[in-house]
Formats: sequence, structure tokens, C-alpha cells
Amino acid sequence: MDRLKKLENHSVFILRESYSRFKNLCMLWSIGKDSTVMLWLARKAFFGHVPFPLVHIDTHFKIKEMITYRDALVKKWHLDLIYGQNTKALKNKHTFPDNNTSRLECCRVLKTEALTNTLNGNWPRYRFNHKSQKYEKDINKEPYTGVIVGVRSDEEGSRSKERYFSPRDKNADWNVEDQPPEFWNQFKTDFAPGTHVRIHPLLDWTELDIWEYIKYENISVVPLYFDNGKKKRYRSLGCWPCTKPVDSDAKDLSDIIKELKTGKFTNIAERSGRDQDKEDGGGLEELRKNGYM
Amino acid sequence: MKKTNNRDLRLAVVGHVDHGKSTILGRLLADTHSLPDGKLEFVKMTCRRNSKPFEYAFLLDALKDEQAQGITIDAARIFFNTKKRKYTIMDAPGHIEFLKNMVTGASNADAAFLVIDAEEGIKENSKRHGYLLSMLGIKQVTIVINKMDLVDYSEKVFKKIKKGYGEFLKEINIKPLSYLPVSGIEGDNIAKTSRNMKWYKGKTLLKTLDEFNSPDLPINKPLRIPVQDIYKFTKDGDNRRIIAGRIESGKIKSGDSIIFLPSGKKTIIKTIEYFNGNKNNKDIASNSTGFTIEEQIYVKRGQIAVKIDEKKPFVSTVFKANIFWLGKNPIKQGNEYDIKLGTAKVRAIIKKINKVIDASTLSKQKKRMIERNDTAEVIFELKNEIAFDTIDEISETARFVIIDGYEICGGGIIIESIKDKNEKIRKKVLLRDEKWITSDISQKERAVNYNQKSQLILITGKKGSGRKLLARDLEKDLFNKGKYVYYMGMGNVLYGVDSDIKVPSNMNKREEHIRRLAEIAYLMMDSGIILIVTALELNKNDINLIKTITETDNIVSIWTGKTISTDIVPDIQFKNIDKATIESIKNVLKEKNLMFDPE
Repeated sequence: MDRLKKLENHSVFILRESYSRFKNLCMLWSIGKDSTVMLWLARKAFFGHVPFPLVHIDTHFKIKEMITYRDALVKKWHLDLIYGQNTKALKNKHTFPDNNTSRLECCRVLKTEALTNTLNGNWPRYRFNHKSQKYEKDINKEPYTGVIVGVRSDEEGSRSKERYFSPRDKNADWNVEDQPPEFWNQFKTDFAPGTHVRIHPLLDWTELDIWEYIKYENISVVPLYFDNGKKKRYRSLGCWPCTKPVDSDAKDLSDIIKELKTGKFTNIAERSGRDQDKEDGGGLEELRKNGYM
Repeated sequence: MKKTNNRDLRLAVVGHVDHGKSTILGRLLADTHSLPDGKLEFVKMTCRRNSKPFEYAFLLDALKDEQAQGITIDAARIFFNTKKRKYTIMDAPGHIEFLKNMVTGASNADAAFLVIDAEEGIKENSKRHGYLLSMLGIKQVTIVINKMDLVDYSEKVFKKIKKGYGEFLKEINIKPLSYLPVSGIEGDNIAKTSRNMKWYKGKTLLKTLDEFNSPDLPINKPLRIPVQDIYKFTKDGDNRRIIAGRIESGKIKSGDSIIFLPSGKKTIIKTIEYFNGNKNNKDIASNSTGFTIEEQIYVKRGQIAVKIDEKKPFVSTVFKANIFWLGKNPIKQGNEYDIKLGTAKVRAIIKKINKVIDASTLSKQKKRMIERNDTAEVIFELKNEIAFDTIDEISETARFVIIDGYEICGGGIIIESIKDKNEKIRKKVLLRDEKWITSDISQKERAVNYNQKSQLILITGKKGSGRKLLARDLEKDLFNKGKYVYYMGMGNVLYGVDSDIKVPSNMNKREEHIRRLAEIAYLMMDSGIILIVTALELNKNDINLIKTITETDNIVSIWTGKTISTDIVPDIQFKNIDKATIESIKNVLKEKNLMFDPE
């Protein structure tokens, strides 16, 4: 059977299982290609609808085109979008671009901390109002108990050990040593009060699968992934101070797929343009234990 | 997209701890130039930093604490391509403590390598993993005998292990595809044929891998779709009521006659629904599908859609299963768990432990409880009936997991359906449903029109406890509120419908009396009415029988009087009947969402 069809059907099954089992469910949308494919899969699963909110953590340092693309898609597909931010750290300039922290510390503060506090409802959430066409402070402060995240296991070592349904404790901690068993399409959907579950529908997808699927389904992605005319493009998207474009003249989806299959990127890790990965061996896993995506 | 590039296979690598699973895989990736440049550099750098010599196994053990301990804790997914196809490889841990991770890693595999250390020989988990592979349903297994370099590439050692392990596999009905001598560290017979073992005429590991078959999908078996959810997204004027689920076996197209089990409700598939997909109104096994139906019958998660003209699954509350147990607390006879089979979740009692098997030695033990990492043959009794198959028929709907509290703690395969008390009656009910003449007015339309859900209120208790008086008062109260309600006493049935079997004080006919009462209740509920029934001292069996026949959850049982004289567990008990009684019944109906909400 066609690999993409198999992946799509399995992801759809996981998304439907989440929707059926979790009352307070949300999906993290980073605007990147992976979570955009995941958003598309949600529309597949629910026949054109996305019956839960999308949560975006805005570090304030995202590449500008990402936010433009986000808001355009929210309007076009009538998406229920919520964003959260670490306003305190930004105000105190406790960030790497302000020269006050290391890269990893910056990730911890602007992403992990903002994420934890947006999900549990401790910090304000801003929800897009389709009538006024503006972001407004959300009155709903209920914690999300099911959080759908678009990680892939081929991204880096620690992600290859993830479960499809991965429990996190009250402090959003991930206990790598003691994960629940998962077999025969049965997942951990029962959980103690105060804990929540991360759901990973894209675990089995590779970078190449993602691009082939985007092409097959004709899904629109941020133009940053393509050669901007200066023979540079982004392979992985993040904050501008830590994400570098790669040298490439791939202008469209076919070029990208060709480049991944046979070109110079066949044997180069996807996140090689992400500087925070290089600061410490295993640093990402430390962040993931604390709730980093 | 070229077709050959899109085939893929999931492989599990299992075996005892330290027998070299990760080394073999690391070597395979390196020798086939399959590593992303970054990964090899990263691992080599980490080794230098920690002043450790580089090992192939480190490539897979990407986690910090794993490298410190030198064992695989969790199954890691590795993506790998050959010229023939794509692979997802699950490197399962060999340590006994991480058996649940081994199960996780191996459960979805299409094929497996079971690794045995040539020097150390067959160990506990060599056997345990072999047994679990068979329970998990993995049919293609090759036994890889590793570390041949440590035994001077001796054919004698290879043959001895092959013989010993072969005898073990024979006992559990597994026939391995082949036995393969390798050295992960030296690279013998991994990607290239070894010059050190000229006596071996078989294939390399890489070649063996490419020759595993992609398993066939069960398209030609009877249809099974466990209902996952029912969607009615009204946003943007969407009126579709879509039943969603994964096709576990068989195929569907619009126009197919189907029934939902265990409820027995039948209908016809109207459309197959897609988003941005093909619209040919057909679908096949392994797809997550969605469809609309002709009649607006009541369908819920956990039921299985099957075709009327194909072999149907069993429906029962009792079955025999082989299970493996990963929980910390042992299973004892009489323990209660939740089991999940397909999308159905049901409370289950361990009725009997037939035998406990030590999976590593396969010796039957006289143990009375099932401990962690044991396997056993068990009889389960469920609180509610479900639809299922046996493992030799359709494996997808014969597998279940056992949940203790919040955790999945074990798994099982059903080997035999056991008839329960209601078996005969259930057959009659299924035939009744199949032959049922459907009205053009749906249950929901009636509910909306009458502003009520049809339901059955059973009032029971000892003689003289005030059952009939309560029933009459309740009927009048609901009637005055504009509800369509009817009170029917057992006496209304005994001398009319039951006149042919009415023999004074003949309890042998009790079941038939109850069956007829329930059939009448079913008819009246189908008409949309709220039915109040009074009967003397109903017991648990009676209630189960009524549930089987009326096929509804909309039943409330009420016991009147201070002491309950049967084994019934009523929804409500009234020790005294007073003015507040009727209000509290109505409150219970509201709480159960049975009263005024038609949906």
C-alpha cells in the first residue's frame, strides 16, 4: 500500500481518537510545514472542519512572514486561533537577541515557559475574533488536557522515543524511563486529574514524507521554504536570531523533494540550521522533558 | 512518485539484553551509508567528550542517560531505505524491566529479527520475546545469531543454537523464515557476505530484510468497522451526520446493507465521505473512513458495523483469551478491569485463570495469580455484551488491551467465544432486527416531535412496597407535564399475551414472561413513548435480559422498600415513598440526560 496513504490514515485515526476522548483539546500550530500538514490532516479527519482551537506560541522573534501567513490562513479557513506569549521576559529583555541569555535559556523562557503557562491557563490567551478580525483576550482559562503536537521521530534522537499518546505530569514533565505501552492502535486516553497528554499524530512521518504529502495534497506553506531569488531558503523555521537559511535554489515542491532524495541534503540533518541544538549534547532532551516541543 | 519508492515495511528487532540488537542496526545503517551526516558526527563528538570509544550502538542510543547505562530503554524508530523500499525499524529493548517497551516497539511490525548472542546462547528473553511475537501476531521472523566473531565463526555453535531454539519455537507453533549467523561489530553477513563463514550459504541480513513480504491487507475478509465517533458539525451549514471509524477488515461502498453490533440496528450506506479525496463512494480495509446512512438510527462509539450478508462476529459477555500482563499488581481471580477492544470499552471480571505460563520457559505453573511479565489463559466475563471475533478469524477485532486504573497494563487475544445465558435470546433479537420493518419516521424525529426520549422506567420491589401506587403517580405527573407516557403492570401481560404459558407459581417460565414483557416494551419504546413497568422482585438476570431485548441504555431501575431481596443493583432505591419521591426520580432522569433533551 502507498506509504503516504498509510501514514495519512493512521494520523487521521489518532486525531479522531483524541477528539473522541479529550474534552479540552487543542492543537499546537507552529506555522511550520509539519504542523501545517497536521492541520490539514485534521481537516481530513473531520471532513473539512477543525473542531478544536489551534495554539501558537509567539516568541516575538518569529520570522515576519510566518505571522502574516498564520493570520491569512486563520481567516481563510475560519480557524479558531489562540496565541500565548512570555510578555514579562520580553519586557525585561531576558532573551538571547537582547544578549542577556544563552540560546537554550531563551528557548526555555520564550517557548517552554510560555507554552506551559498558556496551556494551563495561568497566563493570558489571545483568541482571534472573526467578527472584529482582531485578537482579543480569551475569557476561557480552563487548562487543556489533550495537546496535539506535530513532532516527527526522525527529527532528532529524543523524539524517536516518543509515544503517540504521551502523558505529562502536573509540571508538564516527560518521564522517558516510564512510558505507557502502546499497541494494536490502543492508546493511553485515561489519565489522572491534573495530568495531561501530548498527542503526536506525525510520529511516523519523515521530512521527505511531509514534502511529498504537501505536494500530493497541494497544501499551501510559508514561502520562506523556497529560494527567495538569492539562492537561499529555510529548511526548518523558527526564530530569526537562531534559524539560518540554507544555500539552495529549490524554487518549488518538486525541487525540494528532489533535493532531499538525491541532492546535497540527503545526508544532512534537517535541524542543522538550528543553532540552539549545537549548544549542548542532549540539551534538547532536557528541554523536552520540561515540555519543549 | 514511483511506485517502488512508496512501499514500506515495519521491522522490529528483539532479543535478550546485550545480545547486540543496536550494534547490528548501527552497523547496517553505517554500511549502507544511510546515516544523516549530522548524526554520526554528533555521536562521535559525544564519545570524544566523554572519553569513550565509539560504538555502533551509540548511533541508536541517542539519549544521554541511555548511553550512560548502555542499554536501550525504549523502542526507537529508525528510518532507513534500501533500493527496494522504505523501512521503519523499531529497536526494542532487551531488558526484562522494559518489556512493555518491547511490546510497544514490536506490536505494529510486519516482520522481526530476533537476535541471539552466539557466545551466551539462548536466554530468558530470547524465549519470552519469541512467545510475545507470536501473541502480537507477527508471522515473519528471522533468527539472527550474533557475535559469531566471539566463537571463532564456528558452524557447530550456530547449529547448536539453531537446534535448541527451533525446538522451543516448535512448541509455540512458530516457524522462523531462516537462521542467520552475523557479527554486528565486524560487519559479517550484515550488508556483505562474510568471508569468515564459508559454511553459510544463506543470505545477508540486508538481503533477508528486502525479501520480507509486505503483509496483505484483510480486504477479502468480512467487514468490520468499529465505530469511533459520530460527527455532526453544523458549522457553515454542514448537515451531514457522519459515522467515522477505521475499516479493520473488508470493504464498503454506498448501497451496502449493514448492521451495527451488538445493537443489531440495520441500515444502508448512503455515501462515503471525504475531504479533498476521491469521490468514488468505496473504501477498503486499513483506511480511516466516514460514511452517512439512510435511516437515522441510534449509533454509538464501540459498536461494530458489519455487512448483513457476511459472516458476523460473536456477541457475548464471556470469552476465553490468552493474555500477557505488564502491570505492577498481579491479576487474581475476581479482579475487575476495563478492557478496550476496537473502540469498545467495557468493565470485565477475571472469571477464571485457567493456566499461568512462564513465558521464558513455557512451563505451565500452578500459580493462582498472574504476575508481571507472565502470560496466561483466562476466562473474562463482561458487564455488557460486545461484538468480537476470535484470533483465527479476524485478528484485528480479536485483540484487546487491559486497563488497570488509568494505565494499559496488558493485552490479549480471544481464542474462543463462550455462550452466556442470553445467547439464545440474542439470536432471536438479531433475527427480529434483521426482519424489522422500518418506519420513515426516525427515532430522533419522534423525540423532537414529542419533546422526550423514549425510555423504560422499571419499578420493582417486594409485595406491598408501593410499586403500583408510585407508578400511577409518576404516570399522572408526567402526563400532566405533556409527556407521552404509559403505565403497564405485569398483570396486564400475564393473562393476555402470556395466557398460554401462565401456570400459577411456575418459575420455570420466568424467562419467557420477562422476554415477552421486554418485547412489548421494545415496541412501545420504538413508538417514542415513556413506559413505566411494575414487576415483583426483579433480579440482575432479568435486567440483563430486558437490556438485551430492548437494546437501549435508556432504562432506569427503581427499587421500592427498605431491603433489596434479589441481586439487583438498582439505579435508585426508595426506602420510603413520599411526596419528594417523584421529583427525585425526575432529577435522576435529568441527570442521566434522559428527560427533555431529544438528541
